[in-house]
Amino acid sequence: MAKGVMIIDGQRVPFDGEKNVLAVIRKAGIEMPTFCYHSDLSTYGACRMCIVEDERGKIDASCSLEPRNGMVIKTNSARLLKHRRTILELLLASHNCNCTTCEKSGKCHLQALAHQFGVRHVRFTDTREAAKIDSSSPAVVRDPNKCILCGDCVRVCEEMQGMNIIDFVNRGSQMRVAPPFGRMLSETNCISCGQCAAVCPVGAITVKNEIGDAWRAIHDPKLRTVVQIAPAVRVAVGEAFGLPAGDNVLHRLVTALKLMGVDEVYDTTFGADFTTISEAEEFKARLQAGGPFPMFTSCCPAWVKYLEKENPKYLHNISTCKSPMEMFAAILRDKYAAKDAEDGKRTYHIAIMPCTAKKMEAAREEFKHDGRPDVDLVLTTREIVDMINESGIRLEELDMEAPDLPFGMGSGSANIYGVTGGVAEAVVRHCVPDKSRNALREIAELGLRGDEARKEVTVHLGDQELKIAVVHGLVNARKLLKEMDEGKAFFHLVEVMTCHGGCVGGAGQPDGLNAVKIRRGEGLHAIDDASLVKRAERNPVVSALLNEMGEHKAHELLHVSYVKD
Amino acid sequence: MDASNAMLQRVEEIIDSYGCKRENIIAIMQDIQAEYKYLSRETLEKIAEKLGIGVAKVYSVATFYENFSLEAKGKYIVKVCNGTACHVRKSQPIYDGLREYLQLEGKQKTSADQLFTLETVACLGACSLAPAMTINDEVHAKMTPESAIALLEDIRRKEAVQNA
Repeated sequence: MAKGVMIIDGQRVPFDGEKNVLAVIRKAGIEMPTFCYHSDLSTYGACRMCIVEDERGKIDASCSLEPRNGMVIKTNSARLLKHRRTILELLLASHNCNCTTCEKSGKCHLQALAHQFGVRHVRFTDTREAAKIDSSSPAVVRDPNKCILCGDCVRVCEEMQGMNIIDFVNRGSQMRVAPPFGRMLSETNCISCGQCAAVCPVGAITVKNEIGDAWRAIHDPKLRTVVQIAPAVRVAVGEAFGLPAGDNVLHRLVTALKLMGVDEVYDTTFGADFTTISEAEEFKARLQAGGPFPMFTSCCPAWVKYLEKENPKYLHNISTCKSPMEMFAAILRDKYAAKDAEDGKRTYHIAIMPCTAKKMEAAREEFKHDGRPDVDLVLTTREIVDMINESGIRLEELDMEAPDLPFGMGSGSANIYGVTGGVAEAVVRHCVPDKSRNALREIAELGLRGDEARKEVTVHLGDQELKIAVVHGLVNARKLLKEMDEGKAFFHLVEVMTCHGGCVGGAGQPDGLNAVKIRRGEGLHAIDDASLVKRAERNPVVSALLNEMGEHKAHELLHVSYVKD
Repeated sequence: MDASNAMLQRVEEIIDSYGCKRENIIAIMQDIQAEYKYLSRETLEKIAEKLGIGVAKVYSVATFYENFSLEAKGKYIVKVCNGTACHVRKSQPIYDGLREYLQLEGKQKTSADQLFTLETVACLGACSLAPAMTINDEVHAKMTPESAIALLEDIRRKEAVQNA
């Protein structure tokens, strides 16, 4: 990596290892505009907004320039400003500009940059034929009329997830981003991870908005609205209210939901403690039976969907445990049936998730009971932020309130479900017989935590040596499967999270690059560190309920099979 | 073995002859199109599978180049030259006349009997013969709408005799 000094707008700026000139410019305190440069993905160089001019008047895109010692550039010459305005004007000319009613309004990069560069008039008319909006996916909505062809979605789908569901089609003025053969998303192998929507700078791909259903339920006096909140949500919601990423705002969120009219607020970590115990027991049973290995974690619905669609031979390896959300929902349905009959209300269950694939999971046939889904509605972190804003609530100023009992309590190990390595760590904590504080510390130091694409650790359990792998970013899981196919890799337990960073990096979360996702993950580890109950089995409500349930009932409520007969 | 299976087997042979390397995708597509005149959906899916890349990526490459056709073509491909020389010597009425003769509507390029596909081409390099036209790469010089239709009628007659 190169090291040296550049002159940017007459100012000396040292650089050391930055991958492009754009990163050096940002380091110098100048915010370079761009649509297509997403630092977590490969460089594309298409939008030309980040152009710079050198001493000889040569103009180049800074995202595609390598820093050189002695390089002299300008970032804001008259020509550059003119070019940027022209680019924006041309983009706006082929963009559906119904901004006020757009899902992305206020968060749209095109809107923001057009405003920043003072584009007040567009000289060209839109001559394109209107394209059909694709709302066939349970997770996202595609509106090609708003697409600016930056290709961020294409690259995230291919580079982070290895899916390649959408790509560029045709060329020149006919170019679109779409699935092949004019298919709708529902006709592809799309796993609903939603990362395309998370990186889209405009409103061309957005998370499916179901806020209307939530308000209707909350305001319906015949419904009892019961909410569960996933771990990753509590360390991200605050970002929308000026709080740092990683700050735990669960207790303010509870207050906000109560102010909005929600009847009961619970914590998904309660479900996660059931998942830890069930998954650990299943793992121990597999160790006794000698397989099948590896056992894959089942919390991530996009991962399950991927195996179903593209690699069904591994469905037998998926843990039969439901995800924490669905375990919680099944227990709630079971417990509240009598309550509903008694007071004549119907329980309407809303799950607040960092994830768009949870919308798909909630709608799966396996999680319906008498034709009704156990989770009536999944709202993403973004949607709950919008609802709080709509209510005029200033989250950062609210008092704190604990979630309701009895389902509002989870152990520390349940909180780390939201960050890569957390599920595996929770299961290991349950499996290891040594329950001392030092044993906990040893587990924390195993190497399950951290941002590396794949982490491999060995755990000694009695005389057995267990190999555990943790992967995040589906592309890394696919690599691991390929190695398993070729007989090059063997593990007893593999935790897979489709999104980079785990659920903290889910597509339902507010915008954020990898550094933000890492801070959210650290926030979850801080919650774990501060919690008095660190193991699933020490959660008194969970252990009492498990005893009361008995084996048969537990199996019915907590397990599911994705294997097709 | 039915026709589509035979085609897919041949497609596999072509891909294998390029060592299943993704950098050869365009050459592979060209070879397949040279044999089958177009790239079917199954063909593109096979290419994706064999090269280990996404179908969307293969479709993206196939639609980027004007030269690749994703629709089945007729037995005879008729190309009416619309280069400058042919254009000023009235190639457009030839094209229009053939479209009418073949009863093509909208974006349709291939006649209902799957015998003819009508296309235009930017320049055949046969400007001295303008207006020129090719039928399966055989050049026909100094066309008029009438002589062009007569050529096609002739082919239709021969095909009918052969089939009978």
